[in-house]
Amino acid sequence: MNDWKEVANLEEIPRLGSRVVEVEDGTIALFRTSDDQVFALRDACPHKQGPLSQGIVAGHTVTCPLHNWKIDLESGEALAPDEGCTNVYSVKVESGRVYLQI
Amino acid sequence: MKERLVLVGNGMAGIRTLEELLKLDPDAYEITVFGAEPWPNYNRIMLSPVLAGEKTVDDIILNDREWYERNGITLHTGDPVVEIDRVSRKVVSRSGLEVPYDRLLLATGSDPFIIPVPGSDLPGVVGFRDIADVEAMLEAAKKYRKAAVIGGGLLGLEAANGLMANGMDVTVVHLMDILMERQLDRTAAQMLKKSLEARGMKFLMEAQTAEVLGEEQVTGLKFADGSELEADLVVMAVGIRPNVELAQKAGLYCERGVVVNDTMQTYDPRIYAVGECVQHRGRTYGLVAPLFEQAKVAANHLARIGIARYEGSVTSTKLKVTGIDLFSAGEFNESEGDETLILQDPARNVYKKLVVRDNRIRGAVMYGDTIDGTWYFQLLREGTDISGFRSTILFGQHDLGDAGHGDETRVAALSDDAEICGCNGVTKGQIVDAIQTQGLFTLDEVRAHTKASASCGSCTGLVEAILASTVGEGYEAQPSKKPLCGCTEHSHDEVIQAIKEHELKNMRAVMDFLEWKTPDGCASCRPALNYYLLAHWPEEYHDDPQSRFINERAHGNIQKDGTYSVVPRMFGGLCTPDQLRAIAEVADKYHVPEMKVTGGQRIDLFGVKKEDLPAMWKDLTDAGFVSGHAYGKAMRTVKTCAGKKWCRFGTQDSTGLGVKLEELTWGSWMPHKFKLAVSGCPRNCAEATIKDFGVVCVDSGYELHIGGNGGIKVRVTDLLCKVETEEEVLEYCGAFTQMYREEAHYLERTAPWVERVGLSYIKSRILEDEEGRRALYERFKLGQKYAQVDPWKERAEGKHAHEFRPLKLSA
Ligand SMILES: Cc1cc2nc3c(=O)[nH]c(=O)nc-3n(C[C@H](O)[C@H](O)[C@H](O)COP(=O)(O)OP(=O)(O)OC[C@H]3O[C@@H](n4cnc5c(N)ncnc54)[C@H](O)[C@@H]3O)c2cc1C
Ligand code: SF4
Ligand code: FES
Repeated sequence: MNDWKEVANLEEIPRLGSRVVEVEDGTIALFRTSDDQVFALRDACPHKQGPLSQGIVAGHTVTCPLHNWKIDLESGEALAPDEGCTNVYSVKVESGRVYLQI
Repeated sequence: MKERLVLVGNGMAGIRTLEELLKLDPDAYEITVFGAEPWPNYNRIMLSPVLAGEKTVDDIILNDREWYERNGITLHTGDPVVEIDRVSRKVVSRSGLEVPYDRLLLATGSDPFIIPVPGSDLPGVVGFRDIADVEAMLEAAKKYRKAAVIGGGLLGLEAANGLMANGMDVTVVHLMDILMERQLDRTAAQMLKKSLEARGMKFLMEAQTAEVLGEEQVTGLKFADGSELEADLVVMAVGIRPNVELAQKAGLYCERGVVVNDTMQTYDPRIYAVGECVQHRGRTYGLVAPLFEQAKVAANHLARIGIARYEGSVTSTKLKVTGIDLFSAGEFNESEGDETLILQDPARNVYKKLVVRDNRIRGAVMYGDTIDGTWYFQLLREGTDISGFRSTILFGQHDLGDAGHGDETRVAALSDDAEICGCNGVTKGQIVDAIQTQGLFTLDEVRAHTKASASCGSCTGLVEAILASTVGEGYEAQPSKKPLCGCTEHSHDEVIQAIKEHELKNMRAVMDFLEWKTPDGCASCRPALNYYLLAHWPEEYHDDPQSRFINERAHGNIQKDGTYSVVPRMFGGLCTPDQLRAIAEVADKYHVPEMKVTGGQRIDLFGVKKEDLPAMWKDLTDAGFVSGHAYGKAMRTVKTCAGKKWCRFGTQDSTGLGVKLEELTWGSWMPHKFKLAVSGCPRNCAEATIKDFGVVCVDSGYELHIGGNGGIKVRVTDLLCKVETEEEVLEYCGAFTQMYREEAHYLERTAPWVERVGLSYIKSRILEDEEGRRALYERFKLGQKYAQVDPWKERAEGKHAHEFRPLKLSA
């Protein structure tokens, strides 16, 4: 089941940007931060399912485009005062390739 | 196993308690809710607007069934609890369900009091408490004409108003000689009565109902003095009775209400109670604000935090009859030793009275102008010594000094801890903070985030004013500088100045030079910096897509469901059959589910999937269209009227000039959206006087207007000047636009900007300094050289393709 699958070259995700991957049960957003780490979250904001992949990335957070909730990329949790959480997927980057565990 | 919590009463206080509890500890209990009514929790307060036809039942649902599901709450509606078995700790419902509990929460509310006179059980006699009552009234209004409302209090008058709105002939029957005697003094009550009479409401004062007449259906009322009144519908609104029947049966100690202590606990420590069914320190309440305070305390104890205490509430009242403003709080009828301050202006129909003792406000009644109610209420609750401003206190917190922005100015003067929304206890500071930190722009967003104005709605005007004054940052040039965002101590002006003077030409340079506190900035400052850099260094700076809001990055408006809308530009609103055909074909080809003609005179195609955007743009650019920038902080549209060519009133070619203006300005990025219009004569069909830049043609030339907008707070433009030729219009327009681009704060529209810097300053730069104006115009045109590259075409040709294409998994 939970295999590592290759999804992209690191360079295909813009720094401080994101890309999406369609999987069976929805969309996963991959984010690349300024320190070149990659994080993956379900592409749905805990607030009203806004597409997080379309938000602005800063530090290790992304700001949802719909109502500006800030979501922590590592934990998938909304930053206070908002509350809620979206799924986090494991990602690794090896020699410039990005792998997703699904 | 989790402990079990059962809530009896699916109403406003009970559900608010659960919401507070879920916030504190979402997993504390397995929760079951019983409600006697067939609905999920709704906003009872809003029954009055539903009756008046201003809202629907759907509009007032507060927690839909999905909410219960999402929070793992089992909900039984239409099934009242009929027994509490305190020994074996379970409740029994009418349908026979038995649910055990570890803790029980009672929130059974109250029932309307039906006066026990003969005939009061006849069909056609209703209370005013729930959706069923409202439905009965609406049904009756369809069939009958005459209604009598017994009770001239808050509820009675709202019922009467609603029935009148449904076309009924309504008489209010009241026992006392003044209306709303529990909230109003004689003067205010008389003013109220007069305005209601002017709307057609009738009154029978000092009338004691002795009997409800009728055989099978109500036909009228009979009074103690023997007189009669014809009526096909009788609404009893004489008061409420805490609903304690169930608690009493279970042997819980009750007086008028279920008696609770300061932690909302009843005499049985496993049972808590909140809401109108409760009696606390000898008092019962019939307004939501105190109930919501109780809910917080009960939740705190249910979550086992156990520190909160409820110590009773001071309440204030507003009447929700559209068009009537009244406010009252505290001891508004003076007794011995009190002094009263009164302002009465019959011409404006305004009355304000403060009851004062030892220089402290004890009560307030206001009619006609209630905006300062919040402030007085705060002074009252805090026991503030008013001797310092006693002589002007009735003029309000802030004397008006300007036209049209009264509310905003007054709101700006409120202190941060002033309570704006009495129902939900939300202060001005909390609202402003939410607007700023969450980037809220609409009333709905503010409601969602703070709950301000989400209950009775009577503070909506105040919330809007706060919104307008906060969103249009620095509405009054405030001496204290505000940092651009949490990442820096520097204000917008300082950042702009540094970019210009120190020739900072990329984001890193700005952040380093100004010592940004965060590595990447945030979603507030990055778009601002990106804009400032673009505006000042069009030749050198490269736009940073990752610092743009998604709409601008994807060159389309992201919609609620994550799809996009596409708006091709139509210069001056003109179009040809070929263009329309091309749009129609594109719409068919990409299965556009909905199209709309926008207020800006072009066509909006809704519901486009992000992946489809580049191909769709390609087809549109092939047909000769460019992007309409309907998604951006950018020049949007130039609205035009028919003009001289077709309209008999036209003085100039407004359409042609509109096209020229749009050709000049399209593609330009702005601090905020920017709209233009050209009207062919002062009849002003293109609404040029609520645009950022508007032209009104006259025989002798062109009037130029600036700084208008529609939206939350409509602002009419200021007249900048009159010019004689089209060339001049273009030059002045370019110069004004560039000045705004260079000097306004990001996200500040022209309206607040013009007010902040002053019209005379703008005139001094555009009218008096000819050389300066030319230079601005030149800089604008230079910027346009780089800005007028159609973003759609670029993307159709493959630029930033990654933005639109999902990644693929490989094994
Ligand atoms: C028309 C109208 C206008 C109003 N306007 C205002 C206003 O402008 N401002 C303001 O502050 N307040 C206003 N109020 C008052 C406000 O609505 C109430 O104070 C508030 O709803 C009380 O909340 P509650 O939870 O105590 O009771 P409710 O909201 O009445 O909830 C109690 C619920 O418990 C149910 N119930 C009762 N017994 C049982 C049982 N045995 N088993 C299961 N369920 C049971 C009831 O059916 C009811 O649904 C207004 C009220 C009305 C009717
Ligand atoms: S603004 Fe004047 S010229 Fe233009 S359509 Fe209206 S009436 Fe005609
Ligand atoms: S959906 Fe993300 S903030 Fe509202």
